[in-house]
Amino acid sequence: MADDNSLTAGGYRTQPDARGHFGIFGGRFVAETLMEPLEELRLAYERYMKDPEFLAELDKDLAYYVGRPSPLYHAERLTAKWGGAQVFLKREDLNHTGAHKVNNTVGQALLAKRMGKTRVIAETGAGQHGVASATVAARLGMDCVVYMGSEDIKRQAPNVYRMRLLGAEVIGVESGSKTLKDALNEAMRDWVTNVDNTFYIIGTVAGPHPYPALVRDFQAVIGREAREQIQQHTGRLPDALVACVGGGSNAIGLFHPFLDDAGVAMYGVEAAGSGIETGQHAAPLTAGRPGVLHGNRTYLMEDPNGQIIETHSISAGLDYPGVGPEHAWLKDVGRVNYDAITDDEAMAAFHELCRVEGIIPALESSHALAYAAKLARTMRSDQSIIVNLSGRGDKDINTIATREGIRLI
Amino acid sequence: MSRIAAKFDELKIQGRTALIPFITAGDPQPDATVDLMHGLVAAGADIIELGVPFSDPMADGPVIQRASERALAHGVSLHDVLDMVRKFRERDPHTGVVLMGYLNPVEVMGYEPFAAACAQAGVDGALLVDMPPEEADEWLKAARGHKVDTVFLLAPTSTADRIQAVAKAASGFVYYVSLKGVTGAKNLDVDEVAARLAAIRALTSLPIGVGFGISDAAAATRVSRIADAVIVGSALVRLIEQLASEGWNPSRLDATVYQLLRDMRSGMDFAGG
Repeated sequence: MADDNSLTAGGYRTQPDARGHFGIFGGRFVAETLMEPLEELRLAYERYMKDPEFLAELDKDLAYYVGRPSPLYHAERLTAKWGGAQVFLKREDLNHTGAHKVNNTVGQALLAKRMGKTRVIAETGAGQHGVASATVAARLGMDCVVYMGSEDIKRQAPNVYRMRLLGAEVIGVESGSKTLKDALNEAMRDWVTNVDNTFYIIGTVAGPHPYPALVRDFQAVIGREAREQIQQHTGRLPDALVACVGGGSNAIGLFHPFLDDAGVAMYGVEAAGSGIETGQHAAPLTAGRPGVLHGNRTYLMEDPNGQIIETHSISAGLDYPGVGPEHAWLKDVGRVNYDAITDDEAMAAFHELCRVEGIIPALESSHALAYAAKLARTMRSDQSIIVNLSGRGDKDINTIATREGIRLI
Repeated sequence: MSRIAAKFDELKIQGRTALIPFITAGDPQPDATVDLMHGLVAAGADIIELGVPFSDPMADGPVIQRASERALAHGVSLHDVLDMVRKFRERDPHTGVVLMGYLNPVEVMGYEPFAAACAQAGVDGALLVDMPPEEADEWLKAARGHKVDTVFLLAPTSTADRIQAVAKAASGFVYYVSLKGVTGAKNLDVDEVAARLAAIRALTSLPIGVGFGISDAAAATRVSRIADAVIVGSALVRLIEQLASEGWNPSRLDATVYQLLRDMRSGMDFAGG
C-alpha cells in the first residue's frame, strides 16, 4: 500500500486508536472473559504512564537494576570492514539478563504490583523473556509461572534451569506444535482461569490491546536513548535504523521515537530461515497475509484454510508465526522497510561480529547485523546506521556448536 | 423465524430447557460427523453446536484442543465443515446448527462469502469465540444480510455495559460462560451462575445458554433449572476420544456418547427445567 495521508495524518506516533487499532491491525480479539480484565489493564497502564511516582520508580529500576542507559557503541572496525556508513551498535546485550526483554518485564511487573496482583505468568520461546520475567518476579517476591513449548524446553535447557534457579515454575506445553505460539495459548488459558490475582506479562508487542502499545512504551527507552546518544557522537540524527523482528519489540522500541524524523530510514529484519522460497521461514511481513491470532489482527503465516503453520528459524526468538500489529501498519503505510535474512547469512554475521568487534551477539540480533552489512555498503561514510544489538549470544552457543558439528563438554 | 428462535419458543411453551451438545467437526475422522449429528438429535439434542477445528484454540481446554488436532490431522477445513452441515440437512431440516470456532479461518474465507455459505448449507448461527461485539460490525452486516444468527459469549467478568452491548449485537441466544476458565474446567458453581443469570436477564430478553464445565446429568439438571439451554461439550468429546483411542467403532456411541446425552435429557425433563 502506498503512503496514504489519511492513514498517517498527525504523524506516525499517534497509533493506536482508542480501541487499540493500528490502521486495520491490532484490536482486541479475545473471548469475552478477558475483555474486562484487558480494559482494567488499559486503564491502569494509561493512569500509571502519567503518574510521576510510577515513572520515577521505573526510571530508578532501569538505571540501577537493568543498567541503563545502554551504550551506543561506534563499531569502527566493522565500519571499516563493511566500507560505507558509520555503524553504531545499541548495546541492549549489556542489560541485566542479557537482552532488551528486561526493559518490558521491569515495567510490567511494577504495573502488576500497582494493580495488586500477586502472581505473574509469561510465555517464552527461547527462554529470554521467561528469564526476564522470572528475574523481576523474584525481585518483587511474586509467584511466577512460565509456559514454554516442550520442544523449546529440549532446545533451551540452560534457560529452563535459569528460570528454576530464579524460583519460577516452568510448565511444558504439549499441545499444537509445542513451541512459542502454543506457550502463548497456554498462558492465555492460565490467565482466563486465574485472572483475579494474576498478571500476564506478554513478552512482545503483540496480543490484544493494550499489550502492543504497553510493551512498545516500555521498550521505547531504547530509541529515546539512541536518539540522544547518536547526536552526541555525530551531531545529527542517524540515516538508518536496523533491527530484527520476531514479534518486534526490540525493533519498535528503537524505531518509535524516530518515526516522525523523515530523514531516518528504518529496516525491520525477519527470519528467512532456509530461504523464503523454501517456505521454511518465519517472515509473516515478507511472505504472510493479514489474519487474526493471539488477540490481534496482523500479518500471519497460515495455510490456505487459515490454520497457523509452523515457522522455521535458527533463532528461537524469531520463530513466531505472527508479528506486532504496529509493524503490520508501518509496513502498509510504507514508513518501515521489511526484509528477511536467512539462517546462513545470520550465522556469517554472528561470526563476523565475534571476530571483528569482540562481541558475541544473539542469533536474533545477528539477522539485523547481516542486513546492516548489506545496507552499509550502499551508503556514504558521512552517513550513519544504528543497529539494535538486542541480546548477547551466550544462550546460542549450543545451537551454533551443534550446527557446526562441534560437541561441547 | 430462524430454527433457533422457533426451537426456544417451542420449548418455552413446553416448559423445557434446550439441550445443546457440542462436537468438533471431523473428530475423530471426517466421515463420522454427520452420523454423530443425527445420533445426537435422536438422543435428545435440540440444537447442535459444531466446532470448526483451529490450530490455536485459545479458549479451549485440553479435551477440545485434542479434538481440533484430530480433525486437523485429516485436513478438515471450514469448507469441509459447511459440507458436513449440508449433508446433515438432507435428512434433518429442523434441528438448529450453530458453528463455533475461531475467527481466522473465517477471515480467510471472507465474512460475506462465509455468511452466504452458512445460509446455503443450512447453518443457523455462528459463534466466533475471539470476535467480541466491538470487532464484529462488518461480520454482523454480512450475517444479518443472510439471516444467520450471531451468538456471543457473556462471562463472569462481563459488566452491565458489556452485557447490554453483547445483547444488542447477539441473536438466537447468548452463551453464558459459567466460570473463569477454559472449556471442560472443573470449577462450576451453579449458585453463582444463578445469580449472574438473574443480572443478565434484567438486561436482555434473549434466551441464555450456559456452558463450560457441565460434565454430567446432575450438573445439567441443576443448570437446566436456571438456564434456557444447557450446553455440553468436553464431556461428550472426551467419550468420543476414548472410542477413537480404542479403534473407532460407531456402534459403541449408543452406550457412551448418546447415553450421556439421554441421561442429561431425562434429568433435565424430570426436573421440569
